[in-house]
Amino acid sequence: MALQTFRRSTFWHRLDVRGAPYAFVAPFFVVFAAFSFYPLLYTAWISLHRVELSSMDLMEWVGFDNYVALWEDERFWNALANTFTLGVVSTVPQLLMALGLAHLLHYRLRGSVFFRVAALTPYATSVGAAALVFTMLFERDFGMINWLLELVGLSPVNWENDKWAAQLAISAIVIWRWTGYNALLYLAAMQAVPGERYEAAALDGASRWQQFRMVTIPGIRSTVVFTIVLSTIGATQLFGEPLIFGQGPNGITGGADNQYQTLGLLLYEEGWKNYQMGRAATIAWAMFLLLVLIFVVQRVVRRLTARPAGARRVLSRSGQS
Amino acid sequence: MTTDSLQVPAPERRPAAPADRVRRPVRRRLSLRPGAGRQHHAGPVAYALLIIATLASLFPLYWTMVAASSDNSRVSRTPPPFLPGPHLFENLGKAWQDAALGKAMTNSLIVAGVIALSTVLFATLAGFAFAKLRFRGRNVLLMLVIGTMMVPPQLGVVPLFMMMSDLGWGQQLPAVIFPTLVSAVGVFFMRQYLGEALPDELVEAGRVDGAHSLRIFWSIVLPVARPAMAVLFMITFVHAWNDFFWPFIALDMTNPTVPVALTQLSAGYVRDQSLIMAGALLGTLPLLAMFVVFGRQIVGGIMQGAVKG
Repeated sequence: MALQTFRRSTFWHRLDVRGAPYAFVAPFFVVFAAFSFYPLLYTAWISLHRVELSSMDLMEWVGFDNYVALWEDERFWNALANTFTLGVVSTVPQLLMALGLAHLLHYRLRGSVFFRVAALTPYATSVGAAALVFTMLFERDFGMINWLLELVGLSPVNWENDKWAAQLAISAIVIWRWTGYNALLYLAAMQAVPGERYEAAALDGASRWQQFRMVTIPGIRSTVVFTIVLSTIGATQLFGEPLIFGQGPNGITGGADNQYQTLGLLLYEEGWKNYQMGRAATIAWAMFLLLVLIFVVQRVVRRLTARPAGARRVLSRSGQS
Repeated sequence: MTTDSLQVPAPERRPAAPADRVRRPVRRRLSLRPGAGRQHHAGPVAYALLIIATLASLFPLYWTMVAASSDNSRVSRTPPPFLPGPHLFENLGKAWQDAALGKAMTNSLIVAGVIALSTVLFATLAGFAFAKLRFRGRNVLLMLVIGTMMVPPQLGVVPLFMMMSDLGWGQQLPAVIFPTLVSAVGVFFMRQYLGEALPDELVEAGRVDGAHSLRIFWSIVLPVARPAMAVLFMITFVHAWNDFFWPFIALDMTNPTVPVALTQLSAGYVRDQSLIMAGALLGTLPLLAMFVVFGRQIVGGIMQGAVKG
């Protein structure tokens, strides 16, 4: 009898030690599988059908018709090009400025907490509110930006109608919201760079700028890669900023001439304005393939340009806690 | 002495950490103390640049307040006004009515609150397992978690929309709550934190005393994890409050969250510019208040969760 309870408790104990870790990580994977992974795969299936928003249970198989139609649709190429240019214009200056800001914040400072919190404040502002404010700042007739331009003797810009001006204004919203956040990520990485490396560089007579280039930048390489990856993903998904910047009906089409319509907006327009869910799924899947393509290209480029022992990966760093 | 207490701790493989590591105060990891890097004092140029950056960060918010406190003719004046006007509360009240912000605020509070609570709970559970428990496939699973950060959830909106209407959650809050109950960033964050802050000895001592895993989690891990959980709660709350794409699709104007309700302001329902700004201000105020009180902790948390190297 005593032996039996003893065995049973060993059994339960083993089950606990072996099984508990899986039980603890399971909720994450279950929710991810149900609401992210499965929908992603199902998107591919839907994209091979004609499905309308009003009758979503009726799926009519059309093979690759949606893809052919998308390929021949110039709105798609326009949205793809806009997503690309908006992505570049919003991401590149943002990360460069974040790097500079992080460098400044890395100095020994009075009020460093204040500067850090202030830099992060835009991140607390929702897309909705930020886009509303910037739409007003970029207003054609009484906006502050045009007033400033006139003040220094330049002619005012029609920020909404002009393609490049609109994309610049929308990028400004993205840059404003995310620069401080990225700066804090860089700052955290800069603080983790061992001080000896700077001392060694200083001993070799490196100037501050050289130290920044030769010690700081290589030292935070994984973080830079990480932010590039996340910003690229964010840029391909751009939706709220152009939608609100366009103020209502003009927002979904990305301006009267689709001058700033992104893939995200086109997806929404096809699905929820034209009621073509199959086509919307096609666009979503095209966006996913685009992301995959970007990372394959990036991988290849990195492999071609990497120095032998240069590339340390995000994961290998995070493995050591 | 039973056999099970003998087989659990593996002292040969895990040398005991030095005592100072055990006693290290947990909160230190979240402080803003600068690291060991070589640090110069900032010169006047650095301060000047930082002040410019700060102004750029804060000015749009300040200007929101200026516009929200003016009437329409004052906002559209040239040169634009730089000081607050007298109509702030009047405009806030009107915007609250016109954009149905009362309902939106309640909805956002529920959505962001539930999402933040569940994210913190599940992230702490998973983070603890990844940081301190040994199991087959741990590294592969952790890599999977990080890999999921690369899959934007937006891409699944079409089937998600169908799923939600099948479940009877069309235009209902569960439609925006369920897909974001967990977060990979959160799991990674808690793993980093617990890996440093939770001494192995504490977990092993719990085992020796015969506590089962959930009990160890409850009585040993949770007290240690509390500061990081608070920070993760706030960061997740901010994200959930500001989430836009999926709520915009899943909800309609009769039952919106705050960012969804704000689009109504731009879409021509309200033409008055100062009211639009009042609405934008209202929608941002709860988070701004949180930043004023807990900004330091949120900054520390974001830096703590960063991939370093």
